[in-house]
Amino acid sequence: MIEKADQIFVLLGHWLVSFLPAALQKPALVLLAVVAIIVTFPALFAITVLLERKGLGRMQNRYGPNRVGPYGLFQPVADGIKSLTKEDIVPLSADAVVHFLAPVLLVVVVFMGYAVLPIGRNMTLVNLDAGILFFFAIGASSELSVFMAGWSSRNKYSLLGAMRAVAQMISYEVPLLMSSLAVVMITGSLNANRIVDAQNQYTYGLPHWYIFTPWGFAGFLLFAVAATAETNRSPFDLPEGESELVAGYFTEYSGFKFALFFLGEYVGMMGISGLGTTLFLGGYSAPLQVLGFVPSWAWFIGKIMLSMCVFIWVRGTLPRLRQDQLMNFAWKFVLPLSLLNLFVAAAWRFMGQGFLRWVVCSAVLLIAYVVMARVGMKREHFGPRSYRYAE
Amino acid sequence: MTPLSGYLLVAALLFAIGLAGALTRRNAILVLIGIELMLNAANLNLIAFWRYGPHPEALTGMMFAIFSIAVAAAEAAVGLGLVIQIHRHAQTTDLDAINRMKG
Amino acid sequence: MSFVLYILAALTVAGGLAAVLLKNTVHCALALTVAFAGLALLFLELDAQFAGFAQILIYIGAVAILVVFAILLTRGSETPKGSAYSHSPLVGLVIAACVFAVLGWAVLHSTAQLPPGTTSATPTVTVADIGNALMTRYVLPLEIVALLLTAALIGAVIVAMHEKEGSR
Repeated sequence: MIEKADQIFVLLGHWLVSFLPAALQKPALVLLAVVAIIVTFPALFAITVLLERKGLGRMQNRYGPNRVGPYGLFQPVADGIKSLTKEDIVPLSADAVVHFLAPVLLVVVVFMGYAVLPIGRNMTLVNLDAGILFFFAIGASSELSVFMAGWSSRNKYSLLGAMRAVAQMISYEVPLLMSSLAVVMITGSLNANRIVDAQNQYTYGLPHWYIFTPWGFAGFLLFAVAATAETNRSPFDLPEGESELVAGYFTEYSGFKFALFFLGEYVGMMGISGLGTTLFLGGYSAPLQVLGFVPSWAWFIGKIMLSMCVFIWVRGTLPRLRQDQLMNFAWKFVLPLSLLNLFVAAAWRFMGQGFLRWVVCSAVLLIAYVVMARVGMKREHFGPRSYRYAE
Repeated sequence: MTPLSGYLLVAALLFAIGLAGALTRRNAILVLIGIELMLNAANLNLIAFWRYGPHPEALTGMMFAIFSIAVAAAEAAVGLGLVIQIHRHAQTTDLDAINRMKG
Repeated sequence: MSFVLYILAALTVAGGLAAVLLKNTVHCALALTVAFAGLALLFLELDAQFAGFAQILIYIGAVAILVVFAILLTRGSETPKGSAYSHSPLVGLVIAACVFAVLGWAVLHSTAQLPPGTTSATPTVTVADIGNALMTRYVLPLEIVALLLTAALIGAVIVAMHEKEGSR
């Protein structure tokens, strides 16, 4: 019974496909899974948008939207209707083809990332041997769409926003890869299912998730920081800062294309939360062994929504970072710490089981963090002002 | 025509297109684009020979292609840095205008 | 060659042609990205999964962005004053055509002489095999490439740096 609930989508898929001739069954199953992903994640996107607006409102001591439907629950429907019926304005001197293709490319790329995530037991769309590499390769392609959007608008604000966004995304891509590399190194495989299987074991009822190890905890924090920057989310959202750059690289987009960008951004956030869940939070495994009766896909979706709540929480709390502070942070703090994390993970693996490795690894990471935070990120002390007058 | 010769012909065609681009365009960056196309064509050649060769389990072709990708990326970075510095000096990237050593 | 291969080859060649023929430099860079994507798909078709994903990550994720940044920093997106091609494009085209003719003849002539028993079984290459090979047989090239990348990184920064005022 629990097995049935766990595998319900797999069984449903196989039953639906059994009506077709044998030659068509495999492609039809893949197609069905793709349709399921394309339907589920935008539905979660609608829930997330509502959650964000209400949550941010409460954090800012106001109600969120509460006019449309009870407690504002139908707000996403109203937003959808608005985006679809708004006039699609393309500037006269804009590059029409590139302007059209930029949101298309973004949405295609973010949906392709879901192909390697294990959404439940036996529920990975494509069980690639190099799955994590595929996800990162596809994620790197989304930067090009940001640039295309900014450049094709022939608008200086858009171009500035696009250049800043691309610089930020390539700077934070290296720490993102390095912090995931520690997990891949310890598991010994780039296959997402193997990584989840390695974390799916329990000792005294507590799981072997990588976040509960010192290097995994540090790695998760670094991954979270890099993921927030990769998806241009506050506090790293200077490229789309509403008070600085109008709307950054999507200034000139209106109507459905803007909705596509919005969709792409949130679906990308959910995708990278899915990857973080797979790598550090145990994927579809339950936190305690006694809770194993809840279906695996419910745990995965629950963990993704929890990550989205944390994203929204951080957005409402922290102030925005300036561009040079952001780049400084990436290259001088996050990158060295993620390299050190790699070494600490290797040391963890080669010290035997026992209490010593916990103490040593935690101590090294804590000392490194304190030293880097105090020494490396020191602000310049400003002296007395010197004035320079025009001659 | 075997599959191998099909891939090799595509690689040869890409190489010729890259060569034509590198020899006929005026902008320095487009010459670099032509060079990148030529390197990619060579990579395709390597992988095709790896796949249809006698010992694919030795991984020689794939390793060669991976190292070639890494080296090409480094060369693109240095080349584009040079182009940016030339632009700063001569205010143009037109190769027909920068054809003297005296600057 | 199967239908999929024809489409992928056509996509790649079209991207390459657009990259060298278009007038607008940024369009050329985007067409180059299409060519890179087509090549990555060809690698995947040849069962070289790691090489295909590395191609997407490095070429589309880094080199293409580098090229567009260089175009923007050198004002390449403004319309060029003269023609987009050099004053004698014919010489270049003839040379490229000759090179293609020689290569094409060599390919068709030599593969006709291959022994018919050339293997075409799918090699199963896991990432673990590649890692093993990199650490045992190819460790020296790996270290040399690491050194080369460091030198290229430092060199590119020094070449493209603004010169300090006093050192002129």
